Amino acid sequence: MALLALSYPAIVQFITGGNGDYLVGLAADGGIYMLMTIGLNVVVGFAGLLDLGYAAFFAIGSYTYAIVASNHMGVTPIGHSFHIPFWIALFIGMFVAAAAGAMLGAPTLRLRGDYLAIVTLGFGEIVPLVFQNAGIWTGGVPGISALDVPTLPGWFQGPWVGQDLAWVPDFRFTSANLTAYYVLMVILIAGVVFLVHNLYNSRLGRAWMAVREDETAAAASGVNTISVKLLAFSIGAATSGFAGAFYGAKLSYVSSDNFGFIVSVTVLSMVVLGGMGNIPGAMIGAAVLYFVLFWLLPNAPQQVSSLASSLGLNFLNASNPNGWPGIAEEVSRSKYVIFGAILVGIMLLRPQGLLPSQIRKQELKHTADLVPAAK
Amino acid sequence: MSDEILRVSGMTKRFGGLVAVDNVTFDVKAGEVFALIGPNGAGKTTLFNCITGMYKPTLGTVTFQDKDLTGSPPHRTAKAGIARTFQNIRLFEYMSALDNVRLGHHCRMHSKLWDSLFKTPFERKEEQEIIEHSMELLELVDLAGQADSYARNLAYGQQRRLEIARALATSPKLLLLDEPAAGFTPQEKVELMELVQTILKRGITVFLIEHDMRVVMQASQRIVVLDHGEKIAEGSPAEVRANQRVIEAYLGKSA
Repeated sequence: MALLALSYPAIVQFITGGNGDYLVGLAADGGIYMLMTIGLNVVVGFAGLLDLGYAAFFAIGSYTYAIVASNHMGVTPIGHSFHIPFWIALFIGMFVAAAAGAMLGAPTLRLRGDYLAIVTLGFGEIVPLVFQNAGIWTGGVPGISALDVPTLPGWFQGPWVGQDLAWVPDFRFTSANLTAYYVLMVILIAGVVFLVHNLYNSRLGRAWMAVREDETAAAASGVNTISVKLLAFSIGAATSGFAGAFYGAKLSYVSSDNFGFIVSVTVLSMVVLGGMGNIPGAMIGAAVLYFVLFWLLPNAPQQVSSLASSLGLNFLNASNPNGWPGIAEEVSRSKYVIFGAILVGIMLLRPQGLLPSQIRKQELKHTADLVPAAK
Repeated sequence: MSDEILRVSGMTKRFGGLVAVDNVTFDVKAGEVFALIGPNGAGKTTLFNCITGMYKPTLGTVTFQDKDLTGSPPHRTAKAGIARTFQNIRLFEYMSALDNVRLGHHCRMHSKLWDSLFKTPFERKEEQEIIEHSMELLELVDLAGQADSYARNLAYGQQRRLEIARALATSPKLLLLDEPAAGFTPQEKVELMELVQTILKRGITVFLIEHDMRVVMQASQRIVVLDHGEKIAEGSPAEVRANQRVIEAYLGKSA
């Protein structure tokens, strides 16, 4: 799997004849969503805690990175800017987000179901607002820009990015070399998947499942439900913070606009659509929805318009100032209708998600089709 | 150190104006089968919930092995050595029988988050031991062949036995069984009583709520009777059977 993922840039460059940078960059950005989906899957899929404010931890990770790895602190009353290397700052972002998760979780995790969803929804709204209004500390509305980019002592270039094989010393990750970001993302995802998979198959993973199934019985069987839920929450938050720090570094810019409710909902849809409680399912959900949202829908108007002209239906493209705006404009206006239709379609065809866990599959089956175990 | 394993003293639980359990005091001795009986709504399950920490008692104390456990949360009482089953079976329906029992070991495991994250050799070894011990417990309750079935796909009697196995997995000193024979056939009741004897031999004290008088009279050494939350009798099966108040509670006063 990882090898296949790593060969993606080479394949894309080959197919597009060396013009695949855009697609490679898109995949690297999609990886950010994939990381978040894997993290949210721990919270929602494993432990059954509905978190509607997941983007808050993403924001915390990003802003933490922005604060410890830019000139920004120099203009604050601290008067001294920090330039912690990316490789360490990534983990600082992660730990700060995990701590925020624990802080939010401690008072709220005694709530169940809908009430927890409401509190997390509120948290998801509050955090970006705090960042927007914290004045000089977070750069206010414009946010913080010119963040440090990751650096490495060296990097390989080769035919897979359309260049000659060479060793590049003192390598800096830039937008001119998106393959490096992509490779880094694949490594991060592989690492996170490895750890989350181990957790899932450990006593903690079992305790999460038990809490999701029946909290009272879990407590009676000796599981400290509060601490187990808190761990799920913090681990989910940590993954999101990790993704956030990467996001800040890649974009080299953070602004509170990028962490709205829509991010939380998108990630949650990815989890549900892919198959709750299953790591490969969550990853596929992230890949499919990301592709639909950030490639298919933005490109749809142009594609539909050229399809119409190639079919000789040019009248569809002609715009009339008082009525029909042309098919491209029409598609672009109704893109959320199309998105909604795709979501509804997938849920109708695969109510258990694209790649569900065994448990979800069973839960959605009717009791009637279950064969009672023979006595 | 006395031979009582559990002492419930002055236990009272009020829900608003309703007194569910009213100033109940009794001891459970180590190594015996102790039964709690009473008509429906007498407060038996509420008393269990107070002992295991599902409810906080309004008044009174729970002492277990000379340690005060009053108001401890359920996972603490489990760790201290009190395990329980539920009147309406509460298994993890979409987990396999084996995983249900493995989960019961949770509070006796020592793997930390670090061990789980990196699957350290210690964690692997511990998991292996837990699997072996779980299989042993499944064999004890005659479910070894169903280890991989989802709990919800088991037959009713099997689910009851699986719940006992999960409770035993917490390595308890005292096992609380809430109506373990409910809905059982006579044959299953005989098997259950054999199972209770096996559990006793493992050094675990059994404290059960039961409606089936044949099971109670045969299996238990001592009985406490509750009615409307109050203790109305305590003693050996023969004494309880002859007690006038017990007969009245169950059958009503003669005119």
